[in-house]
Amino acid sequence: MALLDVDNLAVSFRTADGIVNAVNGLSISVDGGETLAIVGESGSGKSQTAFAVMGLLARNGSASGSIKLDGTELLGLSQAELNRKRAEQVAMIFQDPMTSLNPYLRVGDQMVEVLTLHKGMSKRAALKECVAMLEAVRIPDARGRLSMYPHEFSGGMRQRIMIAMALLCHPRLLIADEPTTALDVTVQAQIMELLADIRRDFGTAMILITHDLGIVADTCERTVVMYGGRVMEQGATADLFARPSHPYTLGLLKAVPRLDVDQDELETIPGDPPDMSRLPKGCPFTPRCAFRLEQCADVQPDLLPWQNVLRACHADPEKVK
Amino acid sequence: MTLLQVRDLDVTFDVMPRGAWPWTKPNKLQAVSRMNFDLEEGQTLGVVGESGSGKSTLARAIIGTVEATGGQILWDGTDLRTMSARDRRAHRREVQMIFQDPLAALNPRMTVGEIIAEPLTTHQPDVSKKETRKKVGEMMERVGLLPNLVNRYPHEFSGGQCQRIGIARALILDPRLVICDEPVSALDVSVQAQVVNLLKRLQREMGLSMIFIAHDLSVVKHISDRTLVMYLGRQMEQAEARELVRAPRHPYTQALISSVPIPDPVREAARERPVLEGELPSPLDPPSGCVFRTRCPKARPDCARARPPLDEVEPGHLVACPYQEVISPLDTPLSEPAEPVG
Amino acid sequence: MLAGRPAVEAAEQAAHMEPVKGRSLWQDARTRFFHNKAAVASMVILVLVGLFAAFGQFVTPWSNEEIDWALLGSIPEQGGPSWENRHYFGVDETGRDLYARVVQGTRISLMVGIVGALISVVVGTAWGAIAGYVGGRVDTIMMRIVDLMMSIPYMFVLILLLVVFERSIFMLFIGIGLISWLDMARIARGQTLSIKNKEFVEAAIATGVSTPRIIARHIVPNLLGVVIVYATLLVPQMIIFESFISFLGLGVQEPSTSWGALINMGADNMRNQTPWMLGFPLAFFVVTLFAFFFIGDGLRDALDPKDR
Repeated sequence: MALLDVDNLAVSFRTADGIVNAVNGLSISVDGGETLAIVGESGSGKSQTAFAVMGLLARNGSASGSIKLDGTELLGLSQAELNRKRAEQVAMIFQDPMTSLNPYLRVGDQMVEVLTLHKGMSKRAALKECVAMLEAVRIPDARGRLSMYPHEFSGGMRQRIMIAMALLCHPRLLIADEPTTALDVTVQAQIMELLADIRRDFGTAMILITHDLGIVADTCERTVVMYGGRVMEQGATADLFARPSHPYTLGLLKAVPRLDVDQDELETIPGDPPDMSRLPKGCPFTPRCAFRLEQCADVQPDLLPWQNVLRACHADPEKVK
Repeated sequence: MTLLQVRDLDVTFDVMPRGAWPWTKPNKLQAVSRMNFDLEEGQTLGVVGESGSGKSTLARAIIGTVEATGGQILWDGTDLRTMSARDRRAHRREVQMIFQDPLAALNPRMTVGEIIAEPLTTHQPDVSKKETRKKVGEMMERVGLLPNLVNRYPHEFSGGQCQRIGIARALILDPRLVICDEPVSALDVSVQAQVVNLLKRLQREMGLSMIFIAHDLSVVKHISDRTLVMYLGRQMEQAEARELVRAPRHPYTQALISSVPIPDPVREAARERPVLEGELPSPLDPPSGCVFRTRCPKARPDCARARPPLDEVEPGHLVACPYQEVISPLDTPLSEPAEPVG
Repeated sequence: MLAGRPAVEAAEQAAHMEPVKGRSLWQDARTRFFHNKAAVASMVILVLVGLFAAFGQFVTPWSNEEIDWALLGSIPEQGGPSWENRHYFGVDETGRDLYARVVQGTRISLMVGIVGALISVVVGTAWGAIAGYVGGRVDTIMMRIVDLMMSIPYMFVLILLLVVFERSIFMLFIGIGLISWLDMARIARGQTLSIKNKEFVEAAIATGVSTPRIIARHIVPNLLGVVIVYATLLVPQMIIFESFISFLGLGVQEPSTSWGALINMGADNMRNQTPWMLGFPLAFFVVTLFAFFFIGDGLRDALDPKDR
């Protein structure tokens, strides 16, 4: 049985401009210890998917479908049950660590609180555990750092602290929402290496949400490509990158300038990322797609298997190159 | 012809320590130290560095919004610091800038037309309204915006379109040099390529020189003729753009290249990726000698003694490391575009 | 941006047509403001109060100085509101028509409030924007002047002014003008400091736009949101301030009057069984102040939707 099983998830928001459907009929599953990448641009619904799993949707948002964690349905749980479940099993780290650290509390106090609250540990035991965890994320002089405030750390260090905090309760699933986007490349490499080690040492499964195809290629076994709240293509990372069969995946891969290949002109995807409040009835990528057919704007293609991947596209996969 | 020559440029900021009295002597922060480079007419110089490397300060010193504290910036052979007021104005007109955050760089209370026209109305106040309108329309078309959107406001546009507006504003005076400060890093992946291509096309059409500042080495490599690598305000390496990626000689450049993940699982699995340990030292108290030595895998005791000079190890390839050697972190053969996609 | 893009795209389809009209942030704010029921109701009330002050005089045969000798001896018994003798709000302690006097008081009070707010908007915004944008020594000197003026017990100074020179509405305006802009200058300066670091200001500097022009075109328009909200909250503050002075008996001079003076008179006469003398001016005072506060709230929500 999969650790996380999301079936037909839909997330929508009530706004002044009407209902905005951020996620439409998303189905993914994550096995224990596995790393899944969700790739997408702004408005793809990748972050809202994570928030729905965490039960952290904004107040005007609602989720439907099914999110099963370890066989237990999460949608519809009371806030208290959800909190407990979440604390034990799932943790999330964000792009900007400052949003989840209280700037007025010492890092140590914040970490200890997690353990005393969720695990009922004594303060002394919790402190010891925190030091061990900070050492696990390779923060030098862990004991001394506990009495520092979040703003006294550099961006990379703060992200390490966030990871340490996320791991305190030994979650089985870690959701990382653009964890390195705000960091420099050398620090990004450090953090990605750390996440890989953690996965190995703790056996934590991970959902990595990102827009950076390089990171995906580097770390994830499976990849889900999202656009306009829908899954465009899904499969093993190696298959997906070797033979992208969806026009959007193909376009993304071609649009990125590469260090290892000399290109004269980048191929582009015309147009802008989708406006979530007015998506076309059919495939959301239609207006920007080079392979669009007549029915694309009206009929949403199903996610169907082709070779080793699942793709949602009307166009003939042989022609999408 | 050489448009811009930078000679031993220093930029130092005074930083007041926390809780200081007004008469306390301020700390000196050396943001840029002894920079040297030339920029030819019509060429693009890429500047790569992480945050805190001084690359943005360098840009602002060239444009003249930050005062240089030492060395020279020669614009058409004249030093910026000794320039007459009239020449200075001309320099302001000929150097324009494109910013990182496309929306934040546009005044939310002004229409797109007013924003694009502002450089024109500032430097050529006697141009008629009609003429201005015509020029704005042409410029909008040129950057791929519909001229009939001239009365709209920035918040009604997407990020990519906002960056086009910023480009139109920078180009309306027909400048000779455009400084792009991380122009694509805030944009979505699929939009980045559009903007990069647009910049390349406009540069060709208008014969612009460009300084392209970014932390993303792949974009810099793609757009520049030469690339300059900065670390903590110092120049580490400078070479032809593709050469720099293919055959990097400075340990820092090598670390940068190995830090960039490549969107190809097969190659990514095949190559060694040593990770650079540690963090950027404080620019208020930089390490002695070579500033990179605290994180350098090749550091030796004598690296702390003296600052390594920028040596020309090969024609056009300058390296500030006495122990430089070619190591390519991209160990699969380069420039062999073995159909990376599809 | 979610809402904005469809319009842009629609426009793209109709390419090469006449220039499309943009939707400025002000227009967005106006739409949001008119969705706020309390604020709109308050707006209506304020307009009514304004009409009352402007044209109320024409509805009554009594002027504000005329004494109704017929009632003078029996004000507590017969001086109350009545349609028959056309004293809609009754008469005051000296037998003058209270309705006419409230009309007059409303004029003075609104004027005091609006003049005070205007001075603060003009002087305070300019002062704060210049100090904040120029920075350095100029900033230090300008803001120390503000601090210095704030540290003077202005109420004491004002009372002294009103006692030493003759009491006049002009003197009152000078007093209000001296103090009303101080807070505004501080608020404007704080906002300027954050706007100053935005990239669009740097873009203007890099282009070579002159400093006065940057302040006028880039700083001030972006300050106005906060300034307007604060100004609407300042109007009632000024009215209260004037009322307080008048309540002390130092405000406007007879036969002129203001809400404060009328309330003072009404309060003095409470023991004479004449509740209308306090009730009518007080009602106007309270309702108007509430209206201003609701409008201020509505404006704040409309101009800064992120805070909701």
